[in-house]
Amino acid sequence: MKKSSVLWTIVICLLLIFAKIFMGTSFLVAVVIAGTPLLFATLGELITERAGNLNLGVEGMMLIGAVAGFGAGFITKNPIMAIIGAVIAGALAALIYGFLTITLRANQVVSGLALTIFGTGLSSYLGTNFIGQKMPENVIAFYDPIQIPLLSKIPVIGQVFFVQDIFVYFGYIMAIVLGIYLFHTKTGLNLRAVGENPSAADASGININLYKYVHILIGGALCGLGGAYLAVVEVPQWQENITAGRGWIAIALVIFCKWNPYKATIGAYLFGGLSIIGFRLQHLNISQNLLDMLPYLITIIVLVISSMKKSKENSPPKGLSVPYFREER
Amino acid sequence: MRMTKRTDMTTKKAVFIRTSAIILALLVSAIFILLLGHNPLDVYVSMIDGAFGSAYRIKDTLTISIPLIVTSIGILIAFKMKFWNIGAEGQILMGAFVASFIALNFIELPKLLLLPLMFVGGFIGGGLWALIPAVLKVRFDTNETIITLMMNYIAIKWITFLQYGPWRDPKSMGFPKIANFTDNAILPKVFGIHAGWIIAIAIIIVVTIFMNRSKRGYEITVVGESVDTARYAGMNVKKIIITSLFVSGGICGIVGMMEASAVNQTLTSQLSAGYGYTAIITTWLSGLKSIVVLPVSILFAAMIKGGSFIQTAYQIPQSAAKVLQSMILFFVIGSEFFVQYKIVFTNQINKLVKEVKQ
Repeated sequence: MKKSSVLWTIVICLLLIFAKIFMGTSFLVAVVIAGTPLLFATLGELITERAGNLNLGVEGMMLIGAVAGFGAGFITKNPIMAIIGAVIAGALAALIYGFLTITLRANQVVSGLALTIFGTGLSSYLGTNFIGQKMPENVIAFYDPIQIPLLSKIPVIGQVFFVQDIFVYFGYIMAIVLGIYLFHTKTGLNLRAVGENPSAADASGININLYKYVHILIGGALCGLGGAYLAVVEVPQWQENITAGRGWIAIALVIFCKWNPYKATIGAYLFGGLSIIGFRLQHLNISQNLLDMLPYLITIIVLVISSMKKSKENSPPKGLSVPYFREER
Repeated sequence: MRMTKRTDMTTKKAVFIRTSAIILALLVSAIFILLLGHNPLDVYVSMIDGAFGSAYRIKDTLTISIPLIVTSIGILIAFKMKFWNIGAEGQILMGAFVASFIALNFIELPKLLLLPLMFVGGFIGGGLWALIPAVLKVRFDTNETIITLMMNYIAIKWITFLQYGPWRDPKSMGFPKIANFTDNAILPKVFGIHAGWIIAIAIIIVVTIFMNRSKRGYEITVVGESVDTARYAGMNVKKIIITSLFVSGGICGIVGMMEASAVNQTLTSQLSAGYGYTAIITTWLSGLKSIVVLPVSILFAAMIKGGSFIQTAYQIPQSAAKVLQSMILFFVIGSEFFVQYKIVFTNQINKLVKEVKQ
């Protein structure tokens, strides 16, 4: 084991123990729930950036996924349809970005910003009829916590991580699957090559545009899922602008987790905790509005710290946000 | 089929392509409106009517266009350097914060002294707020997009905190609002529209001259084209980024001062009204040319005003206007491809097609 990972493990264990003592187990359970939308969005942006594309449309894709998931769940009263709706909507939103940046060679930053503006508008537009509406009972019941046999018996950890809804479990699985995919499969290796050095990848016969399109779409679907988790499970009521900047925090988390899906889980739950700690500290007599600044403030601090120590391992994929056109090499 | 870089693009052709993109966006949005069960032509006509149908509406539209114009100009300076400042929303609020602090604490000052003081305060407030991401960028190379956006949220929470806490007006009967400005802190009206329009025009002129004629304006463009070139030419890139961002944020801060003084006549957390985000669209659509910002901003102000009009006339939510705006943005971004490249069908492909036909 590397020195840094040992250090990380110690820090996290300490945090867990502190949180358990001062805030109680129920807080930790809520932390995992609050971290789940962030985890999906972070993984989505991570896989997109691994293909060399910086998609600043995460917030937009999350909102579109949220409204599609809520709408599908609300209208069909079918919990599975909510997921399918969010996945398709997120991927379609990402398709706009992909078409603009890959086929039409547009500026990635501006295309991503445009997607966020579009997603904000579209979700508030489509959501007008849902304002104040609640998810049908059977959909909410479908996402009730499920105990995992054996694992849930582990003290503290079992209760926190293994008595959760299936969405949360799917988040764990997704992080592990993406980790294995990126680091232990041939397509994953190819993907990393596309992100690091597209011309070399192209020369070795990899279809760059296909790789970019597929992973941008997967990224969009994951962001859509993140949004849907908020609207369908966490809140489960429609609110305008339900994501409240989580998409942007996810983009920062990708940098924080150094483009590594396993570390993304740590970042997501850490920030999940930050986003709800305000409610729990109300008795300290600090204004709620000031406490609400915390996640945004700490995102900035974390971003600065992760930008400060630049090393080979810390750096983004070399081809990130550099457009690749074969003709212009 | 393959793409080659165009060498024969004239300004006329480029304008034609971009205009077609906007028309195409309107057509696609029309299908969207049709699917919602409304007649798109009716909707568009009533949007225009809502924005320009009477003298009163025109005044309203122009009043909305003032913050859009000034914010776009502010953002433009940052975008020219490829510094993606999407923190205008926060810079507007912090400008408004400083201006309001002056307005609420120096009530005795005469109007002629108080307003300029608020103006300078707004500039400094927005400028300092933008300075933070700029310094972080040049010092640690942090991603400015995320930082500026996070700072928007912090600014909103800060103003909300003031509104619910220390600055709450004791005379508002428990309603969380900040005291109204006194008369001497309110921008006068000139020709029926608040004097901000004069400020807006002045800023356009100054920035246009600055960007096209001054040394610093030229340096900003070079840094945007290539940081390496700028360094090689002996420019102090860090200093250029920091000072330009101060001006960029400062101009957005002026918007905060104008909106607080003339439109809201107090400080509220809703004061920026999304102008900071809409201005990203208008800045990009104007092709980063300060003169073009004027018509584009008025067009978008008309869409905002028309959008709220169709809400009452057709019960189409106001956010439909936002969808329309971003649709236009998508198409114009996409159309840039056709300005820069042309598609060539090679003879080989034609031959193949013939063979298949036979």
